[in-house]
Amino acid sequence: MADGLTETAETEGAEAPEVGLGSRLRAAAVRLRLPGLILLPILVFLLSLTLGRYQVSLAELFTLFGAKLGLTDATVSQEVSTVILNVRLPRIFAAMLIGAGLALSGAAYQGMFRNPLVSSDILGASAGAGFGAALGIILSKSVIVTQFLALAFGLAAVLVTYTLAGRLRRGDPTLFLVLTGILVGTVFTSLISIIKVLADPSDKLPTITFWLMGSLAAINRQDILILIGPMLVGGIALLVVRWHLNPLSFGEEEAQAMGSETTKMRIIVIGACTLMTASAVAVAGIVGWVGLIIPHVARGFVGPDYGKLLPVSAVIGAVYLLLIDDIARMAGPLEMPLGILTALIGAPFFIFLLARTRRAWT
Amino acid sequence: MILELRRLSCGYGRRVVLSGVDLSITAGENLCLLGPNGVGKTTLFRTILGAIEPMGGEILIDGKSLSGRSRRQRARLMAYVPQAHTAPFPFHVIDVVLTGRTAHISLTASPSRHDEEVARAALERMDIADLADRPYTELSGGERQLVLIARALAQEPRVLIMDEPSSHLDFGNQARLLSLIKTLVHERDLAVLMSSHFPNHAFACASRVGLIKDGRLVALGDPGEVLTESSLEDIYGIPVRILEGDPETDPALKVCAARAF
Repeated sequence: MADGLTETAETEGAEAPEVGLGSRLRAAAVRLRLPGLILLPILVFLLSLTLGRYQVSLAELFTLFGAKLGLTDATVSQEVSTVILNVRLPRIFAAMLIGAGLALSGAAYQGMFRNPLVSSDILGASAGAGFGAALGIILSKSVIVTQFLALAFGLAAVLVTYTLAGRLRRGDPTLFLVLTGILVGTVFTSLISIIKVLADPSDKLPTITFWLMGSLAAINRQDILILIGPMLVGGIALLVVRWHLNPLSFGEEEAQAMGSETTKMRIIVIGACTLMTASAVAVAGIVGWVGLIIPHVARGFVGPDYGKLLPVSAVIGAVYLLLIDDIARMAGPLEMPLGILTALIGAPFFIFLLARTRRAWT
Repeated sequence: MILELRRLSCGYGRRVVLSGVDLSITAGENLCLLGPNGVGKTTLFRTILGAIEPMGGEILIDGKSLSGRSRRQRARLMAYVPQAHTAPFPFHVIDVVLTGRTAHISLTASPSRHDEEVARAALERMDIADLADRPYTELSGGERQLVLIARALAQEPRVLIMDEPSSHLDFGNQARLLSLIKTLVHERDLAVLMSSHFPNHAFACASRVGLIKDGRLVALGDPGEVLTESSLEDIYGIPVRILEGDPETDPALKVCAARAF
């Protein structure tokens, strides 16, 4: 009988009964979690619209939105309207879409590859897209062509990874995907370096370098149109199949034995993540660390169950990148590249996470 | 016959590991495979589960061949209990058991209330309902093995495949687990195929025993008849003595031990 089989269990993981302020705070945090996750992005969104070198008050903001929706006859100055609608709104949408997309991809990949240290760029999507963009810049193509090249090479890089891994594979397919992904990523990174060597150092080289560091400074409405399709398709696809990432994170064979259609899942997940990552790079350059750390933050809130983890990762990713971008455009006389900020904030934060959650990974 | 293997051959690439395996298991029966390390027990299990293609022969469930069936269809018939492992993320125990419902949940859906009830009932059956909200990664090896069996029960299979289910457990937990398996087989009318490194485990819970040596199933039958000193000496290559309990106090007790050599 099972009676007593658990008697010898180690109890170090068991939670001791807690009393006092700490536990009450924790209970409050749990209760506020859901409304917080809905309210927080709205608040940060509104705050971000008012932030910037050109002062816009909340009152002006609401008047503008009210007028646009036909709710009020009051108007705001032309400057306010232009700053909000043509400059800040596209930039804020882009930051939120990219933050959500990278966080979703990272979370999905961490489960599929059963590895908490992988991120959205693991199969070479970022390096491929970066190469496509560098190619567009050195060939003096228009912004839209450059973005298209970035998206195309991002998708192509992952297609190469996937095909190559399929040919080489012996046993666990995910291991071969990661290995070939690193190889393909390295090749494209080297190709970027070749383009940099060939680029005109007074004009093209700084453009490529700055672009690769990631920025949303030049975002306009047209960029949103490029971004929104891949992000919606990829994001919705992942959210729809999200629960089935749970069995997948127990490994290929175990998931199959439980009835998971692992090949179908892998194609959906890789397709969705690649669309989102490549389109993010096409519009904003390479923004690292978001796909790595945000899923861990989200796990801290709701645990590893993908049913809850994916939506929460998307929300936190959107809020996080928006706040970082606010810092990027406010911090100094010059725009800070996003990729530098996410790395500067991400790396120490990741060390903090490692120290805190080490136990869960062993 | 629920599970039937006909002239089954399996292996990797061109290398044949096991060939010509014929056996069948009915409901309420527990067949335990014994054989030295590397003899192909795990390869056989992986073939039956569909992780690798058979090199020859057939696998049938209820007289119908498994080839051509989807993962989902297979998983509704057959569940697998791996050796207690760790997960890459600290899933709650209830979420681990819910993954056993994968074959019953469509690709675009999440577990329904019914799935949750089945998972909770499986935890209850294993007497570990109180672990439901604990992180799986913080459990002991014995507890994790129970969770994995609960997960397999939640899958509602007719055939259960267990690869050395008690190998990482301490002496007491091994005995408890084997006794639990014996009860479950009858209670759920399961056809169980398990492997073990210890002939004593077969004495403790198997209704039949198969011995594997040199790529073949060399003996199959009642534990009392198949597990003899000479057959065990033959497959493990060491002198073996089989000891029986006192007919008055422990008539069912039968164990084997290696003799000094």
